Amino acid sequence: MSNIAPLKTEAEQALIAQGSGIAPDRKAAFERFLESGLPHRRVEAYHYTDLRALLKNAPPPAKAGGKVSVTSPLADIDADIITIVDGHYEASLSSTPPKGVTVKMVTTLADDGSAQKSVLSSDPVIALNAAFSDSALDIAIDAKTELVKPLIIRLVTTAAHASYPRVRITVGDHAKAFIVESHEGGVAGSLIDSVLEVRMGDHVVFDHLRLNVVDHAATVLTSFGGAMGKESLCRSHNFIVGGALSRHQIFFRFEGEQSKAEISSASLLNKKQHADSTLVVDHAVPECQSREFFAHVLDDESTGVFQGKIIVRPGAQQTDGKMMSRAIVLEDGATMNNKPELEIFADDVACGHGATVGALDEDLLFYLRARGLPKTEAEALMLQAFVGEALESIEHDGIRDVLEALAEQWLKARSA
Amino acid sequence: MVAVKETVEQVKQLDVDQYKYGFSTELEVEKAPKGLSEDIVRFISMKKGEPSWMLDWRLDAFRRWKTMDEPQWARVHYPKIDFNDSYYYAAPKKNAAPKTLDDVDPAILETYKKLGIPLREQELLAGVQTSKIAVDAVFDSVSVVTTFKEELKKAGVIFCSISEAIKDHPDLVKKYLGSVVPVTDNYYATLNCAVFTDGSFVYIPEGTRCPMELSTYFRINEKNTGQFERTLIIAEKGSYVSYLEGCTAPQRDENQLHAAVVELVALDDAEIKYSTVQNWYPGDADGKGGIYNFVTKRGDCRGANSKISWTQVETGSAITWKYPSCILRGDNSRGEFYSIAVSNGYQQVDSGTKMIHLGKNTSSRIISKGISAGHSQNTYRGQVSAHRKATNARNFTNCDSLLIGETCGAHTVPYLESKNASAVFEHEATTSKISEDQLFYCRQRGLSAEEATALIVNGFVKDVLQQLPMEFAVEAQKLISISLEGSVG
Repeated sequence: MSNIAPLKTEAEQALIAQGSGIAPDRKAAFERFLESGLPHRRVEAYHYTDLRALLKNAPPPAKAGGKVSVTSPLADIDADIITIVDGHYEASLSSTPPKGVTVKMVTTLADDGSAQKSVLSSDPVIALNAAFSDSALDIAIDAKTELVKPLIIRLVTTAAHASYPRVRITVGDHAKAFIVESHEGGVAGSLIDSVLEVRMGDHVVFDHLRLNVVDHAATVLTSFGGAMGKESLCRSHNFIVGGALSRHQIFFRFEGEQSKAEISSASLLNKKQHADSTLVVDHAVPECQSREFFAHVLDDESTGVFQGKIIVRPGAQQTDGKMMSRAIVLEDGATMNNKPELEIFADDVACGHGATVGALDEDLLFYLRARGLPKTEAEALMLQAFVGEALESIEHDGIRDVLEALAEQWLKARSA
Repeated sequence: MVAVKETVEQVKQLDVDQYKYGFSTELEVEKAPKGLSEDIVRFISMKKGEPSWMLDWRLDAFRRWKTMDEPQWARVHYPKIDFNDSYYYAAPKKNAAPKTLDDVDPAILETYKKLGIPLREQELLAGVQTSKIAVDAVFDSVSVVTTFKEELKKAGVIFCSISEAIKDHPDLVKKYLGSVVPVTDNYYATLNCAVFTDGSFVYIPEGTRCPMELSTYFRINEKNTGQFERTLIIAEKGSYVSYLEGCTAPQRDENQLHAAVVELVALDDAEIKYSTVQNWYPGDADGKGGIYNFVTKRGDCRGANSKISWTQVETGSAITWKYPSCILRGDNSRGEFYSIAVSNGYQQVDSGTKMIHLGKNTSSRIISKGISAGHSQNTYRGQVSAHRKATNARNFTNCDSLLIGETCGAHTVPYLESKNASAVFEHEATTSKISEDQLFYCRQRGLSAEEATALIVNGFVKDVLQQLPMEFAVEAQKLISISLEGSVG
C-alpha cells in the first residue's frame, strides 16, 4: 500500500508545469523539490502542516509587481524602507539605503557555492523558493555601522499569483541593525514563499521582526536563516494575525562562542486560520545562550502549530537553552499542536523546555469579573497580558506599540 | 570538575559485559524451520493446537504485514533486519504440558533459579516475605509453568498462558484480543499477530482484588530466535490487579528480535498496575549483539473511573522501541506512566508514552527519567492529545535527562495536541549533568565521588522507583547500579 507512489496533487501538477524549461542554474533546486514533492503529514517536519492537503493550488509566479494599495501598519515609524512587490524589488517605493548599507540585486543565485555554507536546511519550501525566485536582494551592512532607524522590508502581494522573494543580509563585525520583514496585502489564492538569510559577524547586535498582516485568505510560507559569530546578540520576533495558511520556519545556528539569541513569537488566530511556527536552534559551538518564547491564542476553528528544536552538538559545552511555548485555546473547535524538542549531545549543558496548553485561568477571570468587568473585556485584558510577554523584548518602542495596537484591535474585533 | 571527570573515566572503562544474566542453558529444543512464511505461521498455530479462527486471524495479519513498511521515524539506527534469518518457534523439548513443577526440565528450573525467579511456591510460603507472587515463566517461545494457579482460581482469577486461554476461554480471547492494539496497528505489532507463540493471559472478575502480584518472566535462550509474546489483561468492573514483567537473554554476538504486544483492558472502576523491569542483553562494550526490543504496549481505560498505570525500568536491549500508552476512553479515567531509562555502551533507547484523552474529566501523568552514559542515545518520545469531546482533560508531563560523559546523547520529543478549550496540558523537560553543587555538598559530608554520584542518581529516579512494587523496586535499584557501574557505587 505504501509502495505506490502518491498521486500528484493539483498544486504539485501546477508547480511541475511551471518548472518545465526552468533556467539551468535553478534546475538543481527544482529537482530537490521534485524529489520530495509537497511535504505531507508523514514528513516529520510537516506533520502538523500537511501542505499536500492544505495547499489547494499553486498560482503562477508574478511577472512584475502590481499596484500597491495597502498601507503598512508600520507606516508611521521613522524608518528606511525597501519594498518588494509580488517578489520584485520596487525602487520607487524604496528609500535610499543609509550610510554603510549597500543594496543590490543579484540574478544568478542558485548553487553558487553559498548553498553549502547556508544554514537553511534542505527543506522543500526553501527549495521551491530557490527554484522560482528570479533574483535575490543582497543587503550588506558594513562593519561598525550602527543603523539608527529600523530598515523595513515590505513584501507586498497584490494579486492571486505566487511570489518567491529571497533576501540575503550580511552584517559586519560590531554592526547594529533592526530589520523588519513585513508581509502585507495578499488576496484569496495568493502565495508567497520567501526566504531571508542573515549572516552575522562578531560582536553584532541584530534585531529582526517578521510581521504577518496579510489577508485572511492568503498563503504565507516564510523561512528565516540566521548564523551568528561570536559574542553577538540576535533577537528575532514573529507576529502573526494574518493568512489562511501561514508557516514561519526559523533555522538558527551559533557559529561563534558566547553569543545569545532571543526568539519570540505571538500568534493571534481565529476562524479557520492555520499558523505554524517551526524553529531549529543549533548550538554548534560552546558557551552560547538561547531563549525562545512562543505564545498562541486560538479562537473559533483555528489551528496553531509550534515545533521547536534545540540541538546541542557534541562539544558545545556550557550551552544554556530554554524554550517555552504557551497556548490558550478559547473555543472547542480550535486546535493546538505543540512539539518542543531537545536533541543533546554534550553533557555540561543546562537545557529545558516547557509547554502548556489550556483555557484562560478561571480564577483570574473571576477576579476581574468580580470587579465589574464584562466577560469579554476581562478576557481581552488577560489575553493582552499573555501576548504582551512575547512582545516585551522588542527593543524599538514605536514598533512594539504598533504590535500591541494590532493585538488590541484583534481582541476588540473578537469581543464585538 | 574533578569528580565528574573521574566518573566519566570510569564509565568509559565500564565493561558492559558485566551483564550477569548472559549465560545460556543447554537444552534440547524443538524449532520451526528458519524463516518466515505462511507455512511457518501454520506451523506455529498447529504446534499450539489452535482453533481455525485463530489461524485465520494469524494468516490475515501475516498477509497484511507483507504489505507494510518498517517504521523509520524513531531515533534508532540498525542494519536492516532480515526477517527470514531467524527462528520463529523454539520450545524446550520436554515441555509436554507439565502438570507440576516436577515435570519441568530441571535445567529450566535451574535457569530461573540462577535468574532469581522463585518458581517454587513453598519457597515463598516458608520465607519471611509476606507477599506472594504468582509467576508465569515464558522460555523462548512457550510458557513453561504458571504458579499459584489453584489459589488464584479460588478468587476467580484466570492467570495462564495465552495458548491455554485460546483453548479454554475462547470467548474472552475473541472478544478482547486485538481490541486495544488492532492487527494493523504497526509493523511489529502486525508481525506479532502472525507469529506470537505465547505470553500471559489474565482475567480478573468483577469486584475482585487479585490476591497476589502476578508476574511473567520472559527468557530468550536459543540462538537466532525471535521472541514474540502476547499479553492480554482484562480487569472487569471494580477489580484490581498488579502485574510485573521481567526479561533477560543470554549474551550472544548476533542481534535477536523481540517484538511483543501487550493489551490491557480496564472496565468501569477497575485498576491495572503494570510494572516492567526490562533487562534484555544490551550488547557488548563495542555495541556488538544485544536484543532489538520493538514492543507495542497499550492500555484501554474502557470504563468510567478506570485507571491504568505503567511503570518501567529500562536498562537492557541494544535497541528499545517502546511506548506504553493509555487510551482514556471512559469518563474520569486516569492514565499514568513512570519510566526510568538507563542507557550505556552503544545502547539506543527511543521510548515514551501516549496518553489519548477521549472521555470527559480524564487525567494523565507522565514522569520520565532518562540517564545516558557511554556512547548511548536516549530519547523520550511522548504524545498527549485531547480530542474534541475530552472536556476537562488534564495532563502533567515531566521528563528529565541526565548525561554522564561527553559522548552520549539525550533527546526529548514530546507531542502535545489539544482540540478542547478546557483541556489543560503542562509539559516540562530539563537536561543536565550532575550538578557540581550537589556533588560538592555530598563530598563535603564525607562521601566519595562515587557514593555521591550514586546518591544523586538515586534521588533523580526516586519518583519512579517509588511507584514500583516492593519486590521490583529492590531489583530495579540494583539494576540501575549495575548498568551504570563505574559511575555509581
